[in-house]
Amino acid sequence: MGLVMADDAKGRNVLAAILYRGRWWLVTGALLVAFTLWTAEFHQAQTTAILASTLRHSTPLVLGALCGMLGERSGVINIGIEGQMLMSAWAGFMVASATGDLLTGVVAGVAVGMLMGAVLAGISVGLRGDQIIAGTVLNIAAIGITSFFFTQGRTLPSGKIQPIRLGPLADLPVAGRVLFSNKPITYLTLLLVPVVWFGLFRTTWGLRTRAVGEHPSAAETVGISVVGMRYLNLILGGGIAGLAGAYLSLEAVGSFERGMTNGKGFVALAVMIFGRWNPVGAWGAALLFGYASAVQTQFQFRDWLTSDPQFVGMIPFVVTIVVLAGFVGRARPPASIGQPYSRE
Amino acid sequence: MIQVSAATPALEAIGIHKRFGRVVANDDVNLRVEKGRIHALLGENGAGKSTLVNILFGLYRADRGEVRVAGEVVELNRPRDAIDRGIGMVHQHFQLVPVLTVAENVVLGDEPSHSHTVLNVGAAKRAVQELGERYGLEVDPEAVVEDLPVGTQQRVEILRSLYRRADVLILDEPTAVLTPQETDQLLEVLRGLADQGVAIVFITHKLREVLAIADEVTVMRDGQVVGSTTPGETDEAGLAEMMVGRSVVLRVSKAPASPAATVLRVNDLCVDDDRGLRAVDELSLEVRAGEILGVAGVEGNGQRELVEAVTGLRSVVSGIVEMDGHNITGLSPRQISELGMAHIPENREKHGLVGAHSVADNLVLNQYYRAPFARRGFRQMDTVTEYSRSLVAAYDIRTPDVSTPARALSGGNKQKTIAAREFSHGARLLVAAQPTRGIDVGSIEFVHQQLIDQRDRGLAVLLISAELDEILSLSDRIGVIYRGRLVVVTDASDLDRIRIGRIMTTGSHDTPAT
Repeated sequence: MGLVMADDAKGRNVLAAILYRGRWWLVTGALLVAFTLWTAEFHQAQTTAILASTLRHSTPLVLGALCGMLGERSGVINIGIEGQMLMSAWAGFMVASATGDLLTGVVAGVAVGMLMGAVLAGISVGLRGDQIIAGTVLNIAAIGITSFFFTQGRTLPSGKIQPIRLGPLADLPVAGRVLFSNKPITYLTLLLVPVVWFGLFRTTWGLRTRAVGEHPSAAETVGISVVGMRYLNLILGGGIAGLAGAYLSLEAVGSFERGMTNGKGFVALAVMIFGRWNPVGAWGAALLFGYASAVQTQFQFRDWLTSDPQFVGMIPFVVTIVVLAGFVGRARPPASIGQPYSRE
Repeated sequence: MIQVSAATPALEAIGIHKRFGRVVANDDVNLRVEKGRIHALLGENGAGKSTLVNILFGLYRADRGEVRVAGEVVELNRPRDAIDRGIGMVHQHFQLVPVLTVAENVVLGDEPSHSHTVLNVGAAKRAVQELGERYGLEVDPEAVVEDLPVGTQQRVEILRSLYRRADVLILDEPTAVLTPQETDQLLEVLRGLADQGVAIVFITHKLREVLAIADEVTVMRDGQVVGSTTPGETDEAGLAEMMVGRSVVLRVSKAPASPAATVLRVNDLCVDDDRGLRAVDELSLEVRAGEILGVAGVEGNGQRELVEAVTGLRSVVSGIVEMDGHNITGLSPRQISELGMAHIPENREKHGLVGAHSVADNLVLNQYYRAPFARRGFRQMDTVTEYSRSLVAAYDIRTPDVSTPARALSGGNKQKTIAAREFSHGARLLVAAQPTRGIDVGSIEFVHQQLIDQRDRGLAVLLISAELDEILSLSDRIGVIYRGRLVVVTDASDLDRIRIGRIMTTGSHDTPAT
């Protein structure tokens, strides 16, 4: 009897904690939903466009955040996501352009991302170098390499990746266009969020990753290889960032442009922090950022407020600043991030 | 499985040599640990005990010598090798992941899982519960480790070794961080484990514990084994002499106090802890010049918040702190220090010293900005060096040079550095929190003597300690803190160990009606 009551109390506490901790989310989410419903009332097409655009804008941010998360959960800060994405976008495009096969391009992008992850791991884990500098190296190298080897005028012979309509679901009003007629990497991203969450919090790999990121020497004394786990996570994360790069060049734009990542790798870091190093949280955060970008695009598209286009263009960045200023201080990163690990 | 005859020791180290650079940490060390026995490894800090057990656990490699487990010579290149041989270790600095649960910490590295991928959380919890029941180490498997008191965290460490079927358990200074009550509980648990056949290596420099629990004692000094004995053959003084190499004064001799005017007056003080909960609750106390007021109590009863509030490190909710009749509530730590308060903080690594700075800079940490150590904003390095050399000599701080980083010193020498600094700026009041925690006998003796000497020179001392012996041997008056309130303040002669222990745990000094 006592036990049952204790369990019950515990259950209520958990609910209360979720409500308390998640109150910002609830308020923000409720406001956005109300606003969307209100606009949908008199302008359904535009609402649908904004929501679909939200999802598109959020995709590279979620992937970038997942990449950063795998690194940081195992104790390595990755500020080179931007560079990993850019290199992969370039490599994916070049390979797809040369072979004419989009899937080969995507695979090449992911492979290059993993290679970039391995380089980051080699510098920051293998050589115990400064993690911030290692990430900066990736970013600078990516800008240089992609600019130098990029040939103007290349195109994708097969065009960019096309949407897949999920049968009758795609015909639903609003949701059909927003959720069920997307392109493959967007679907894959929606799948990766729960997969990475499950991996981090329900598998032995995730437990070990988190242990290594919080207290590496504790992990080492129970026989977990800290260096091995960090290499693994950075390479996996690099692959996810590579997917984000392939998304940009092969799925979203259909070509490569110099510096086309345009800061998304850094916004992804903000998304990761705002999402408290949790895939589901990061997904929610990415949607918020994606929404801000989508609204901005719509404003420009509709020629609203055209007298001051700079102000409209600011929207996503203002959201970033406000959110980070309000939240970063309260989020708690894995304890050992930034510190190179050595056994003695 | 190998048949183990009764005569084969569970763990044996033979002729272990280990040097670090020019320092010989272990010189031909032999150790024999029998199944079902508690073997105390006694020695001062730096005697080579930790080096030896780190070799036994595969953290260091011996330069020479061999390790045998159940009679078989083994290679221990990493902790995993030792774990696989049934050796478990409870480290001095716990090797637990604070944000993970008890169950997760226990199984980490050997997780029960479905097809080697998905964690079987239920099995992990059951394992913790079963081990807990079997060995009397009950811990809530779902609790998050960082929320647990230190003593419970230690149980988790022990459980973790038992989960890996350790039949040799090495504990490195397990009682250094425990309260007297937790220590007693630990000793009980260890006895129970030994009765179930576990061989236990118990590292300590606390003589009382050795006599209370050990079956055998090996004493180390300067990297060598200087003797083996049993508690039946010796006493505290004998052990202390073996350990230090000279006879040691275990009880501080002191003249009766001659208290003068009140220096520190705390009135109805209320302070909140980091979580915003009331930690100090309408607490009042007075300390007079020339006396030591000892505050005993189980840790976590508001001692830390009291000290931080008095020294200006934590804001006060309500109440008044007065020094020499001036209200110092809400003043900055520097203002309070300049008014004549010295502070030996509980956490010397974190709050007592700047580890990366030199011993010299640490010795002037409370005066570096003013004459004669600085003039017109420029530091006078010659003066600092000269001054710090004189303190190093006067306080017998063992350091290669005053330019050595403070973090390179041993615990005892760190504490002497802090004491030298705090005793040398003409303070009227000393607030000393856990001043001898985790330091060796020689340094404890030194710090205790200093406290008495300073008292005799008219210093008012507020001593906060979880070591009952320390409170009893130093204090002129004793108060017991319980849930943020000072339950009783009385002359030291009115209280004994048993009564204080009862007040510490129940908050009441009435004999319980049983």
